[in-house]
Amino acid sequence: MTDNRRAFIKKSVALSGYSLIALASPEASAEWLAETTTTDILQQTLKRLFKDQEIIESDQIDIQIPKTAENGASVPITVTSSLNNVEGISILIEKNPIPLVAKFELSPDLAPFVSTRLKIAETSAVAVIVETNEGFYTASKKVMVTLGGCEL
Amino acid sequence: MSSIKIRTKRMDGNTQIRMLIAHPMEHGRNRDTKTNALIPAHFIQKLTVEHNKNVIITGNTGANISKDPFFAFTLKGGNAGDKITISWVDNLGNQDTQEHIIK
Repeated sequence: MTDNRRAFIKKSVALSGYSLIALASPEASAEWLAETTTTDILQQTLKRLFKDQEIIESDQIDIQIPKTAENGASVPITVTSSLNNVEGISILIEKNPIPLVAKFELSPDLAPFVSTRLKIAETSAVAVIVETNEGFYTASKKVMVTLGGCEL
Repeated sequence: MSSIKIRTKRMDGNTQIRMLIAHPMEHGRNRDTKTNALIPAHFIQKLTVEHNKNVIITGNTGANISKDPFFAFTLKGGNAGDKITISWVDNLGNQDTQEHIIK
């Protein structure tokens, strides 16, 4: 009796494990595929915009954006930076059909500060590229979107 | 009635410039709910901000900016009586300009 029960538990645990793997794998691969294709578009945009310039990750760029956005049609973003001699600020959204949002060229009279509102289609990373006279710096933040902003 | 509203605020020696522009910012993938026809793209392509006739900001914007776009920038310095001129051009060739004097 006890043997039977043990065997039953063992089998059921094993089966549920298999079913979990079987369920998870197609979704996971689809997600992976989508991710690779969208980053391709992002990479192409970056290449077109900045040619073959080296873009360095930096912690001197501060992006203020909500972690979750209920409505993707209007997501406030504020970008500030402590880098010196900022000449331009670009904002990109990784998974939007057209990733580039805006590219601002700022004169030396301006503080490195830009605030605006974005449309975000789906949960995605928002990247900011800051151009200084020394090179290009980047930072990004992920935003969860519950209602997409492209139908609105 | 201009489509641009400008507000400036002087704080800690800097001047914050905020602007609100009335514009549909259509990206061309939306459909009309009644006729189901695509709404043509209509968005601001170029935004220019001038401070006493010096261009301080040139913005190339796309349709990923929300409807009725809002922008804020910070100008180092800036005195009362300085003139701020903001103008935009959209992809259909429409344009508008608005002047503002810092108080």
